[in-house]
Amino acid sequence: MEDKVREIISKYDSDKAFLVPILQDVQKEFNHLPHKALHRVSVFLDVPISRIYEVATFYKAFSLTPRGDHQLTVCIGTACHVRGAQNLTDHIERILGIKPGETSGDLKFSFDTVNCVGACALGPILEADGDYHGKMTISKSNKLLKKLGKKVVTDEED
Amino acid sequence: MKKIKTLEELEQFRKEIQAQRDPKKTVISICAGTGCLALGSKKIAGAIKEEIQSQGLSLKVELSAIKETGCPGFCERGPIVVIYPEGTCYLGVTVEDVPEIVSKTIANNEIIERLVYKDPDTKERVVKDSEIPFYKKQQRYLLGKNNFIDSKSIEDYIRLGGYSALAKALSAMKPDEVIQEVIDADLRGRGGGGFPAGWKWHSTRNAEGDPKYVICNADEGDPGAFMDRALLEGNPHSVLEGMIIGAYAIGSRDGYIYVRNEYPLAVTNATLALDQAREFGLLGENILGSGFGFDIKIMRGGGAFVCGESSALFASLEGRSGEPRAKYIHATDKGLWDKPTSLNNVETWANVPLIINKGAKWYNGIGTEGSKGTKIFSLVGKISNTGLVEVPMGITLREIIYDIGGGVPGGKKFKAVQTGGPSGGCIPAKHLDTPVDFDELTKLGSMMGSGGMIVMDENNCMVDVANYFLKFLEEESCGKCTPCREGILQMRKILDLITSGEGKEEDLDTLEWMGQAIIDGSLCALGGSAPNPVITTMRYFRDEYEAHIRDKKCPAGVCKALIKFSIDPENCTGCHLCARICPVEAATGEKKEIHTIDDDICIKCRACYEVCKFDAIKIM
Amino acid sequence: MVTLTMDGRKIEAPEGATLLKAANSANIEIPQLCSNEELEHYGACRLCVVEITHKNRTRIVASCIYEVAEGLEVNTRSERVLNVRKLVIELLLARNPRHPSLLKIAEDLGVKKSRFEAEIKGCILCGQCIRTCREVVGVSAIGYEGRGINKRVATPFEESPPDCIACGSCHFVCPVDVIPMKEKDGVRNIWKTDFPLQKCESCGRYFAPVKQLEYFREQYNLPPEQFSKCTHCR
Repeated sequence: MEDKVREIISKYDSDKAFLVPILQDVQKEFNHLPHKALHRVSVFLDVPISRIYEVATFYKAFSLTPRGDHQLTVCIGTACHVRGAQNLTDHIERILGIKPGETSGDLKFSFDTVNCVGACALGPILEADGDYHGKMTISKSNKLLKKLGKKVVTDEED
Repeated sequence: MKKIKTLEELEQFRKEIQAQRDPKKTVISICAGTGCLALGSKKIAGAIKEEIQSQGLSLKVELSAIKETGCPGFCERGPIVVIYPEGTCYLGVTVEDVPEIVSKTIANNEIIERLVYKDPDTKERVVKDSEIPFYKKQQRYLLGKNNFIDSKSIEDYIRLGGYSALAKALSAMKPDEVIQEVIDADLRGRGGGGFPAGWKWHSTRNAEGDPKYVICNADEGDPGAFMDRALLEGNPHSVLEGMIIGAYAIGSRDGYIYVRNEYPLAVTNATLALDQAREFGLLGENILGSGFGFDIKIMRGGGAFVCGESSALFASLEGRSGEPRAKYIHATDKGLWDKPTSLNNVETWANVPLIINKGAKWYNGIGTEGSKGTKIFSLVGKISNTGLVEVPMGITLREIIYDIGGGVPGGKKFKAVQTGGPSGGCIPAKHLDTPVDFDELTKLGSMMGSGGMIVMDENNCMVDVANYFLKFLEEESCGKCTPCREGILQMRKILDLITSGEGKEEDLDTLEWMGQAIIDGSLCALGGSAPNPVITTMRYFRDEYEAHIRDKKCPAGVCKALIKFSIDPENCTGCHLCARICPVEAATGEKKEIHTIDDDICIKCRACYEVCKFDAIKIM
Repeated sequence: MVTLTMDGRKIEAPEGATLLKAANSANIEIPQLCSNEELEHYGACRLCVVEITHKNRTRIVASCIYEVAEGLEVNTRSERVLNVRKLVIELLLARNPRHPSLLKIAEDLGVKKSRFEAEIKGCILCGQCIRTCREVVGVSAIGYEGRGINKRVATPFEESPPDCIACGSCHFVCPVDVIPMKEKDGVRNIWKTDFPLQKCESCGRYFAPVKQLEYFREQYNLPPEQFSKCTHCR
């Protein structure tokens, strides 16, 4: 872990100003921001750990806990909202049993909302593992969840 | 590619690449913006390339003439494929359409009727992109090039005259003259503030302190707005060229692009564009032999709306959390690292080459008294033609929504248009003839903002919309100052009560009083404008608030606590779809018999409403 | 010196002084909870707002940051100003309904109770603890966690703070007394962590946390014997 963190930081010339992108790269490497890695960042950049913790908890892109295998994100931009993103969010919450920002106990799914991905014509949008799925409905989301390995209890496809 | 060292070399190079392409030869533009990519345009581009090979048309259409371009704006009908020089525009293209497109249109210039635009009213077919009503009233000086440029190719940008404004500025204009030109053009900041860009540059140039910074704000955070994304993604060099010219005018050597983390493609394309510009000698030391040197770093945001605010953006660039500072000293004096800084947004920068090339006089011939040039809006929500539109300032809301946007779909009634993002307001139908410019929208209690335009119809509840923005801001408040952090929370709680039927008559007075005090008391513009959506909806749609409070009704049928779902026995065919989709078994019934919904169990998820094909689900 | 008008009175203040400081010198009382002369300007609580008129433009500013200027007109008690202050104190009372310093400000503003639903958190996020730790002590042991309404003062990962020297500055500077610190049997407990105290070689009294003494020794490169006795016995 230490070498990996050192490598990331040297890519940015150990410049403290790049703390946010450095943490993004650390998160990409380890799937989340492990405490240990943040302590290494603190030492290598000579920035107090309290500052690093502050940044890591301020920005929405960061997670201090492990993320699930699959990332589901509902876009809740205004365009998606007026086209029913809230119902979609409620639905996915109910199916996965987790709230936005959380990860399921079995580490299969992480669920989040995002304030607009800028593909408003396709709203409401459900982003699954980086792919945008537009004009989402509850029944389409059920199909998508099933495809990702989630048991969804409806008898829709009888 | 070897470095271009002089102006002559740039012009020479331009001539060479222009000569390589016969303007009569076919060029195929496939939109590869985020929207069309999500609809599968990557596969379509691949299929077209393969199909051209297999149909033996490689000589007619070179590989480099099949372009994955930036967003042409008509997102509603993507994926979009345009075939030049004819300008044949195909909408909603699928991979299955590709063999036919190649064999008919590309090989034989034959039009495929089903893929061209069909006017919903006259049923007339429109083949050429420029003649589609969506484009007719637009003036696409900024977005127009997106169709012709492979977003990953600097050669395409140069072919169309790219970097000639930079060449002109460096060779024929002194920095002060560049600033004067931008002042004379009356270019106002497109990020929302509307501050005159030229004066900002002037102050930065004359401020004491070294180094000076030039920053492009690409932290487009307003939900429902994606103009900047389309520009940075589709035509990144136009933004870079603007920044380099600005840096020359201001006397800056260091620039940054601060881009939203949620825009991965914009990051990729801008990063590539920076590499190309460096390779060509358009960034770095001694640009085009002028002695002037400048370079740009790209920085990804971490997912915080408040970082669109200048002082929070600086904090983020300095490696800290995005807490704004009180701005009693301008960024032009003390910005990034407390050094003089000019921060402009993507669209503002993209206007600069245009102004330098065509002159201030030409530029300020477009627009209104106080707002010059064009403005890009993202027209979204309950609108037939969702997409990006670039229009001259002063066009009316009605023209944008009806003539360009095609009005509200599904025969629904227009209710309001929301402009200015979470800082803006909701404008009702009676003000649709307002000309769109910075000052007019402010007069209505809304604002231009960065250019989001969200259309709402009779099925949108204005109390819910106001609450939506408060929830958004509650999550995005940095939490530093009390009025914003606590005030938005408490306002939202009051709206929660109203939308759940527990509102009190005096709540409206409380909201009004709080709203003004939050505006007055907040540290930065986020809190300082947060109450606007509530204040404008209370101003224009007070009856809806009163219906929630007095009658415990949500007239639009949105607020869950105030609505009931039932099945209209007249329309129900017993198809059983509602019962299948219902997650809580509230909708039940035997097949081929009339179904019912048990209101005690129903969680109002709307799944049945969405799925019913017979209009049998009623919301009361 | 510059001359400005405050609540109709002509007053003088040194250049660079904040309006808050100028007001205090002129015996004009402005409430505030986050400003501290030892610390950099912050402007978070917003109680100290005043209304200024400059070149025919009126606006509300935080007096703890805004600097005096020649000819400036300042109104410290306009209706708009009082509305902001009332809102702020009511919002803060929702977080902490009992602390005397908040109740005193509320009383002065004529606020009897908060109209808002309680959001009891105790801490009012004035940030003085964090800023003192960073700017005065120089260790940055504590910081903020999260943002918006979930923002709070915390140690990294809510664990024992590795950089804390148990100096207690955060405890002493807190205007609403929500950072507990206890001493018992030669141990100081702060941030849920025990820190041993140094016993004075002469009088046998426990006089300072060992970590704090070590920190000063390193900072100022002083000999260890300097720190074995309390200030009385030195």
